[in-house]
Amino acid sequence: MHWTEYLVPLGQGAWVTVQLTFWSTIFGAILSFAAGIGKLSGFAAIRWLSVSYIEIFRGTSLLVQLFWLYFALPIVGEMAGIDLRFSPVIVGILALSLNIGAYGAEVVRGSIQAVTRAQYEAARALNFTPRQTLFRIALPQAIPEMMPPFDNLAIQNLKDTALVSLITLGDLAFRAEQLRNFTQDSTTIFSLVLIMYFGMALVLTAMMRVLARMVGRWRQTGR
Amino acid sequence: MTDPIIKFDAVGKRFGSVTVLDGLDFEVAEGEKVTIIGPSGSGKSTILRILMTLESISDGVVYVGGEPLWHERKGGNFVPASESHLREMRRLLGMVFQSFNLFPHMTVLRNLTEAPVRVLGLSRAEARERGLELLDMVGLADQAKKFPHQLSGGQQQRVAIARALAMRPKIMLFDEPTSALDPELVGEVQAVIRQLAEEHDLTMLLVTHEMRFAREISDRVCFIDGGRIREEGAPEEFFTNPKEERTRDFLHAILADN
Ligand SMILES: Nc1ncnc2c1ncn2[C@@H]1O[C@H](COP(=O)(O)OP(=O)(O)OP(=O)(O)O)[C@@H](O)[C@H]1O
Ligand SMILES: [Mg+2]
Repeated sequence: MHWTEYLVPLGQGAWVTVQLTFWSTIFGAILSFAAGIGKLSGFAAIRWLSVSYIEIFRGTSLLVQLFWLYFALPIVGEMAGIDLRFSPVIVGILALSLNIGAYGAEVVRGSIQAVTRAQYEAARALNFTPRQTLFRIALPQAIPEMMPPFDNLAIQNLKDTALVSLITLGDLAFRAEQLRNFTQDSTTIFSLVLIMYFGMALVLTAMMRVLARMVGRWRQTGR
Repeated sequence: MTDPIIKFDAVGKRFGSVTVLDGLDFEVAEGEKVTIIGPSGSGKSTILRILMTLESISDGVVYVGGEPLWHERKGGNFVPASESHLREMRRLLGMVFQSFNLFPHMTVLRNLTEAPVRVLGLSRAEARERGLELLDMVGLADQAKKFPHQLSGGQQQRVAIARALAMRPKIMLFDEPTSALDPELVGEVQAVIRQLAEEHDLTMLLVTHEMRFAREISDRVCFIDGGRIREEGAPEEFFTNPKEERTRDFLHAILADN
């Protein structure tokens, strides 16, 4: 096989990887905000729920989470009489989202807490409610601070998608392994895979940079 | 005589084992302009912060507009104030901070309209009109679209004054409003405060180290030390003929500095 022929299966795999990364980054971001804000909540139950989620998913490996959701969850569901068998794509996105969300939650919490006390006091003096203070004063200042760590997490997430090939999902890593078994041409295949992951990482970082500029526009206006 | 608009009744404030206010009795009449002076750490900011509900009290009762600030009446008793009571009371007060504390992600005009819209329920148009009027008053009508970091410190502080006024408080608290400014910018902020003092029936409580300014704008000057008011009086009398030893020492030290 000529190396150009590898591009079709690898391209199909790359497309799966892109989709996995895209959706799990989106859902992961939502989970990050939910759990990061939840950890600062005035309600003990919400705080407790958020902390548990964060600690569980940060404290166990993605691989174990993936296997658990794919192999163990259906059995738990069966015992409870609910059908909890999901396709590899769903499980992959679920596991990646939950994982990145747990790390992202700490970023969100940290950035909100880094907003100065003076800002909270000004908000209180103007009689904003705690909710208004969070959404109108604290978050708009905190979000630009979150962008560099979020960029790292998104790249991490892209790389982590390779693990889902272990639950038979046809992503880039999975296709590469299939091709290699078939052709034994490890060098070419893995070189191509390397370049493709790197290219996707570059695009992702560029996108995060645009996003960072959008949320931090007020900081760039000159004197 | 009408009831005081602010009254501290034997108020104590402790931070851990440090006693900052110690049985403080202090009253301000409606419309009065009062300056508080005193050495560093004597509790001047704490008094303003207690009034702005940024700091709670350990003992005693604070009254604002005749109502207990940190308490609510329940039956015949005072119980600690709920958040909704504090919200209600806060409407009477506005505060200007030493470090301005403008919202950096909002334009100047937005800094002035956000709270009136979200908290007071004004329409955008009303809030905008009110905001532009106030910006004009502090001489910054042409800066409405800028962001705070694009302004000088003096301009930022004038915006902060306008922002507090946009909520139409009856009492304005100024905590060393010019201390963070370069010397050449102090004048423009003082001019705005002076104008407020002269043209409005606002009650004003000012903490400052600028003795000349204190003398110009206040009806009364209070010297605080060791958690209590040690001496107070009309500025003329207070500065030319202080009675207490401590006051004299303090004034000597601070005038030698200036
Ligand atoms: N949150 C806090 N925790 C502990 N101690 C505090 C706190 N806030 C103030 N203090 C202490 O209370 C005392 C009075 O503080 P305050 O800020 O009211 O003084 P001040 O008269 O405004 O002084 P300055 O002229 O330096 O502004 C100081 O000794 C200060 O260290
Ligand atoms: Mg102070």
